[in-house]
Order: sequence, then C-alpha cells, then structure tokens
Amino acid sequence: MKRRQFSTAAVAAAAAAIAAPAALAQDNVFKIGLILPMTGQQATTGRQIEAAARLYMAQHGDTVAGKKVQLIVKDDTSLPDVTRRIAQELVVNDKVNVLAGFGITPSALAVAPIATQSKTPMVVMAAATSSITLASPYVVRTSFTLPQASVALADWAPKNGIKTVVTLVSDYGPGLDAEKFFKDRLLFNGGQVPETLRVPMRSPDFAPFLQKVRDIKPDALFVFVPSGAGAAVMKQFLERGMDKAGIKLIGTGDVTDDDQLNDMGDGALGVVTSHHYSAFHPSAANKKFVAEFSKANKGLRPNFMAAGGYDGMRVIYEAAKASKGQGGDALLAGMKGQIFESPRGPMFIDAQTRDVVHNIYLRKVEKKDGQLWNVEFDVIKDVKDPGKAR
Amino acid sequence: MLTILFDGIAYGMLLFILAVGLSVTMGLMNFINLAHGAFAMVGGYITVLLMQRLGLPFLLCLPAAFLGAALIGALLERTLYRPLYHRPHLDQVLFSIGLVFMAIASVDYFIGSTQQILQLPDWLKGRTELGSGAWQLGMGHYRLFIIAVCLALTVVLQFILSRTRFGSRLRASVDDQRVAAGLGINVNQVFLSTFAVGSGLAGLGGALGAEVLGLDPNFPLKFMVYFLIVVAVGGTSSISGPLLAALLLGIADVAGKYYIPKLGAFIVYTLMIVILVWRPQGLFVRQGGK
Repeated sequence: MKRRQFSTAAVAAAAAAIAAPAALAQDNVFKIGLILPMTGQQATTGRQIEAAARLYMAQHGDTVAGKKVQLIVKDDTSLPDVTRRIAQELVVNDKVNVLAGFGITPSALAVAPIATQSKTPMVVMAAATSSITLASPYVVRTSFTLPQASVALADWAPKNGIKTVVTLVSDYGPGLDAEKFFKDRLLFNGGQVPETLRVPMRSPDFAPFLQKVRDIKPDALFVFVPSGAGAAVMKQFLERGMDKAGIKLIGTGDVTDDDQLNDMGDGALGVVTSHHYSAFHPSAANKKFVAEFSKANKGLRPNFMAAGGYDGMRVIYEAAKASKGQGGDALLAGMKGQIFESPRGPMFIDAQTRDVVHNIYLRKVEKKDGQLWNVEFDVIKDVKDPGKAR
Repeated sequence: MLTILFDGIAYGMLLFILAVGLSVTMGLMNFINLAHGAFAMVGGYITVLLMQRLGLPFLLCLPAAFLGAALIGALLERTLYRPLYHRPHLDQVLFSIGLVFMAIASVDYFIGSTQQILQLPDWLKGRTELGSGAWQLGMGHYRLFIIAVCLALTVVLQFILSRTRFGSRLRASVDDQRVAAGLGINVNQVFLSTFAVGSGLAGLGGALGAEVLGLDPNFPLKFMVYFLIVVAVGGTSSISGPLLAALLLGIADVAGKYYIPKLGAFIVYTLMIVILVWRPQGLFVRQGGK
C-alpha cells in the first residue's frame, strides 16, 4: 500500500518536474532521502518512522524556507550494502539535501562515508549503537543510544534489590554496547554479572539460553533484542516459569516495544525497562502526537522508532529554516544545538557530539483501560551518551 | 541437564515434523523442493490468522493448517510441480527457490512482515517439574504436546508407508514409474496425494512451531538450512532416518547453546560435516534403493 502511495507520489512529482522548468524545480525543492527497512525483519521500524515523518509533514506543511519538501522513501531491507547503494543513488541522482532513516547500525555505518564525501547531513532516526556519530562529522542522531538506556537501568537495579544480573543480548553492535555499559555500571554499583550471553541475531529458539539463566538463578535477567523481537523472549521467559523462580526481567525499552506490547499478554505486567520514549508519556505534546499518529494510521500505536522519526523531521525542518534552504554544512550547522520539546520530553542535539541528549525514564508495564502500557515511574534527566564520555 | 535433553527432544521433534515432508518428496519422488518451508509458513499463518481474527481454538487450527497447506500443495503439484519432475535438479532448485521468494513477498504484502504472536490456550502454557538439583526435569506442557503429536505422526506414517496398499504403491511408483503404471497404478495420483500430505505435514509443523520458532515472512529461508540438514543427515529413504537425525540435531543444538553459548550456532553445522564425511549417504540408507 505504502509503495503504491509512494509510486503515485513519485509519478506526481515527476509530472510536476516536467511541467515546471527544470532549473526552477531544482531550486525550489528541498529533498529528504529517507532510507528505511520497509520489508524484512525490521519492517516495523520502517513503517513507524515513515508514518511519523508523514505525520510531521501533515502537521507542519510541506514547504520550508520557501521550498517544497519532497520526501523520497526507499526500502533497504536492512541490508547494509543495499543501504549504501541507495544512499549513493539518492545523493548523486536525486541530489537530496539530507539523508535520513537507517533502521539498523550496520546500515548507518555503511552510509557514513558517503555522507562525509558528499557533505550531506545524515539524520539517524533509529540505529542506536553509540559509535555511529563518530563515523562521520555529518551524522546527527535523533533516536537514542543503547548506553544511555542501559546505564540508567544499571543505576536503578542495585537500589531496588537486584544484585546479580545475567545479560542476554543480540550479538551485534547495539547488543554489545548494551552488554558492556550495563555490566560495567552494575559492577561499579556493587552488583554482579555471573554470565553474559549473546544470542545470534536470527536465533530461532531462546530456550537453551533461558534455561542457562534459570539454572544460574540471578536476581534478574537483562535483555536487549532489536525492536520487534522482544515478544518472543518475553513469551519464552514466561513459558519457562522464570518469573515463578524469582527471576525478574529487565531490559532496555526495546523489549516492551509499544508497537507489540499489547500482543504480549498479561505476562508482561510488571516488567521494568529503561528508555527515552513511552507512548504513555504524560505530556500534552505526546498525547497530541499519539492521538494524531493513531488516527492517521488505523489505530497503530507509535513506538520509540516513530518518536525518533518525528523528531528527526523536526530537526531537519528547523535546520532548513535556519540555513534558508541551503544543504551541506549550513544545514548541518542548523541541526547542531537544537533544543526542543519532543513527544518523549525535552531533548537537545549536542553540538559537540551531534548526538541526542534526553531524559531516560524507568517504566513498568501496567494495564490502563484494558491496554498494556509502559508507565514511567522515575526519570534521570538530561542523559548524555556515556559512550562518548571516554 | 534432563531439562536440556527434554528441550532438545522437543526441538528435534518439531524439526522432524517440518522436514519429514521434504524427505518424502526428495527421497521418494526424487524432486528437490526448496519451497518446502513455504508450506510450513502457510500452515503457521493459517493458525495465527484463524486464532487472531476468528478466535478459533488452537486445537481446531492445527487440522486446518494441515488441510490448508495440503490443499495448496496439491494445487501447486498439479499445476506447477508436475511438469518439472523430469527436469534436471538445477531447474527444480531454481523453480522452488523462486517460489520461496514469491511466498515471502506475498505474505509480506498481504499480512505484513512483523513477527506474529500466538496466544496458546492456558492448559498448554504450564510447566511441570520433577526431581531437583542437576537431575531436575522441567517440562513445558507445550513441548510435551509437540512430542506427543510427533510420536503419533511417526507411528502413523511408518504404518502407512510399510503396511498399507498405498504405501506399497508409492514405493513401487518411485522405484520404477513405467512398470508401476503398467501394473495399473495411477502414478500421477499417488504422487499428487504424497505431495499434498508432505505439504500438509509441513503446514502442521509450521503451526506447531509458530510458538517456539517464531513466525515471520522470512520463515522459509531461515529454516531451509535446518530442513536440508535433517534430510541430508537422515538420508531420504525412510521415516526413522530423518527422525533420528532431527532428534540428534535438536539435542545438539540446544545442548550446544546451553553449554558453550559462544559457539552455539556452529555446533549443528560441525555435526553435519562430521556425519556426512563419515556416512556420505546419510545415517540410514536403504539397501538397493535409488
């Protein structure tokens, strides 16, 4: 459906380009190349971000600094080589002013050199490995970083009777980040990590890993899996009776992804996670965002990916206003240092690291009005990425 | 430790249900059908959709998954597969892998590419524990259910193949189609029903596996390797071969991931290489068969 919408949009745009004198069209269009995984395992990420980007455009108009904004959405199927090829095409053929999206870390890293060479700012709306912003001076991030979320949880856990924790992470960039920063901080806080488990990204069955955790009997199991895979871990955790064995499940917010939370069933109740965004965040800005997002998308609940996409569009729009529609370094300068109220709460693009600074919330899954939500109960204000502190 | 063994057996049994259809088409009909996993996926989606959209009970969905996948299998056998029986294996591989990609794309388009979540009935959710300490045996009820279904299926299949008239017709058709046809056996019909049953079993496996293995449009590709390993290691000429191979793989996989988590994913492949070097024809080979 989306592809069809996209192709009609493309046809319309092409028709407009033919009708208007070519040079004029080039001058008056501000192009955003949005590269997302629209198919494959990470497709929920793409769907959420595209919907959020379109919502932002619907709310704020499609002209900025006197130019018409054109959103070009491309599917990279989460394969980094495809992402790189698409980015190259967008920069060379379509002459986009800014690249955006990037569902997983390897995709973002694959594009970073292109951003550097072509001086095209790239706004990372999803991928969350700490090191991405170091890969190119043109990377700006509006999602979050795994160290931010995991360090917050490692601070919270020992104060709440959780001393020994086994970590279970997906075996790729963000997972390793989560494992390292959670473990270091927990050890620093006097906790113990008897075992660190890494599961292959395409692991069909978590059973053996969970059984291992059960036999070690820690106070809690810390989990990071990519957005979309959390439900499987959650179910097998319950099926194995681990909650009854006295093991708590904690994790970054990816595990209780808002997009899937309702399908996980009541077993998810009471799971504590740390994250920067919950669809239940009690602010006027977020209530408006959630209401309009689900209205425009058949009741779909926005998750943290949508928040990253929405804020990413905000950063691009405001930067384009500041640069008067210019691309390149002027646009990048406009992105740095933006402070604004996002649906997630206050956020800030650090001018030095070009990374996001925002509040990390501790949330517990609760039932409100017959639906499951991540309800925030504590907050750590203005968390910078601990991965850059070294 | 017993728990690991138990989980391994359950996982192996699941692999067996998923792969046994493939071993029938590949071993008996001599057709390389890489699209086998697609039928499993169809079964899985039938179950998930019937439960989510229509609220049917889980036990009713299982036969529906079997029948649905079998029906699609029969349809495709009649229209697409039959002309390819006498083509070289490369053609068959290309054709069936194409079918896999089409299945993935259409599921993606019509249903969406998110992981589907299955809500089991409560009586399957529980867990029974016996003993204590190192010899503690914890059995998830669902895994017990899988093992029971699978054992029953094995007995039935073995009986059909070796004791019934249909079984002997099938074996005759496979050994020599022309002579079998000359003796009045309707070879086409035998192949059609065999293929349909094989696909149906895959569908049943997909339905049972949706809970344990997860279900998304990439299912056929993700598990193709596992099916092929089961068939290659087990040999393609009997029911017991793939069964033992699947059990071995399931236990090795689960135990490997438990005891050496860092190497977990490699154990299965190492085992496969060792076995195939040792017995290139698979663990169990029927004497004199094709």
